[in-house]
Amino acid sequence: MSRDKSNQKSIRSMIQENKSSRSQSAVMEKVVPKIFLICAIISIFTTLGIVFTLLTETFTFFNRISIVEFFTNTRWFPFTADKNADYGILALVMGTLTITAIAMVVAIPVGLAVAIYLSEYASAKTRKFIKPILEVLAGIPTIVYGFFALTFVTPLLDKIIPGGISIFNALSPGIVVGIMIIPMIASLSEDAMNAVPNSMREGAMALGATRFEVAMKVVLPAALSGVIASFVLGISRAIGETMIVTIAGGSRPTADINVTESIQTMTAYIVQVSQGDTGYGTTIYYSIYAVGMTLFVFTLIMNLLAQFISRKFREEY
Amino acid sequence: MALINKEFVKKRMGSRIAANGFAKFLFILATCFSLLVLGVLIYRILSDGLPYLSLDFITNFASRMPVRAGIWSALLGTIWIMAVTAPVSFILGVGTAIYLEEYAKKNAFTKFIQINISNLAGVPSIVFGLLGLTIFVRLAGLGSSVLAGGLTMSLLILPVIVVASQEAIRTVPREIREASFGMGATKWQTIRRIVFPAALPGILTGTILALSRAVGETAPLLVLGALAYVAFVPENLFSQFTVLPIQIYNWTSRPQEDFHMLAASGIIILMIILLIMNSIAVYIRNKFHKRF
Repeated sequence: MSRDKSNQKSIRSMIQENKSSRSQSAVMEKVVPKIFLICAIISIFTTLGIVFTLLTETFTFFNRISIVEFFTNTRWFPFTADKNADYGILALVMGTLTITAIAMVVAIPVGLAVAIYLSEYASAKTRKFIKPILEVLAGIPTIVYGFFALTFVTPLLDKIIPGGISIFNALSPGIVVGIMIIPMIASLSEDAMNAVPNSMREGAMALGATRFEVAMKVVLPAALSGVIASFVLGISRAIGETMIVTIAGGSRPTADINVTESIQTMTAYIVQVSQGDTGYGTTIYYSIYAVGMTLFVFTLIMNLLAQFISRKFREEY
Repeated sequence: MALINKEFVKKRMGSRIAANGFAKFLFILATCFSLLVLGVLIYRILSDGLPYLSLDFITNFASRMPVRAGIWSALLGTIWIMAVTAPVSFILGVGTAIYLEEYAKKNAFTKFIQINISNLAGVPSIVFGLLGLTIFVRLAGLGSSVLAGGLTMSLLILPVIVVASQEAIRTVPREIREASFGMGATKWQTIRRIVFPAALPGILTGTILALSRAVGETAPLLVLGALAYVAFVPENLFSQFTVLPIQIYNWTSRPQEDFHMLAASGIIILMIILLIMNSIAVYIRNKFHKRF
């Protein structure tokens, strides 16, 4: 009898426990999504934080330096007495665009050629061998590329170019930024070309086209939106690249283009200021936010453009 | 009679076949160029860096004298930064991914989060440095500390982890979820006991690859005000610090040849760390990857 009683009791308590655990899990069911939602909202706050930070500090900067001067002056020379300081973003933008142009001259033909080779010519075995190597190339930190530019590419160019090249110049970091971007353009373009169905290739070949003609006249036009988008993303990467240009590009902002001389990009300027002993609240301190804002707008436009191109002009098969 | 007259084909198509051969040659040349660059780069770093590489190099502090200089403080700084970045970015990234894949309704807000994440991935890393400088260093008053650096790095690699985790969660088939619901499990129980474990290898692979990107990242920490010359080891989350890439940058930017060789030695250590992390990621992907 007594045993029964204890059993009854335990069942009752079990039900009780079950109820409480069920209500506990009911609470969890309500709370957990909220926690995850907070995680997701943090990513929005990151964007808001970036925009807010850049806007407020840039605003302070424009209270001291006129916005007209910022966009029209072609000299960037902040490290001097306040009255003589020049804040013309054009000099830094030209530096960035020079690097980007050189990088693209290297990265677009080579990257596209690698992509065409991998998707149209290479056997599955070769592809399996080359793709991981490209991934390694893509995973190398930019500081390593910077070291490579300064200690290998610059001396090499100095020997090749008649008349030599100064130790800091635009050409060497430009080429190395291009090399850094090759794997990215190659893999994104290859993805786009792989998405073109085989039946189209076979159709062209049945009409007597060579592989080269198939690649150029059938596959490339069909994959064009993805290929162009990869170029634009490459440009965005080149604009935002920091360490290579800081190490090998020098720190002489100039609006004239001479690729054998020292230049300064927007990113390199930000590093230069944060490496120096510029105090909080000085005009120079605020200037890095104005430069950062310009940089942010440039890359944002490029990224949105890439998304627009790949969405708008995609050919569906 | 042969179906194809080789002579005729050659006469009519000769130039086109030659163009094809030439183009193929150029494409192979471009591919070989990329491989060659990697080869030269690795050779240069090994030939410059190996002479200085020793146990002392790892355990010594930075020094003005190249022979006595080492990377101990930078190495520990990198580990400290990772100790902050890894848990923070993992929790935030996986949380966001689970929300977007499992809970979020298909509405404008969800789409906005998704677009926002893909745009964040394209923001230059140095801009994250400016964000960290204002929010963590100045507004939160953390100073140029390990905590400020780690949090900035977490935000930097967050988009990568979110996208990788989303892909991993998406590969878990609907049938096993429905089986779990059919057994009476609640949504959270299903996610915790079925979906998350099944997606974990993919999530971990993505996270480790993202972390390896953070290990090599220099610019944001430079902007935050991480020190270039540090002769001490970080003691807590609020200590000042340096990391391996910054130490390498410091040595590279000096004119003396000896320091360049030190930089190359530092790069060897950095690349070894990255290689180990990538190997672990590949191992997890191959070993634990389940096909449903």
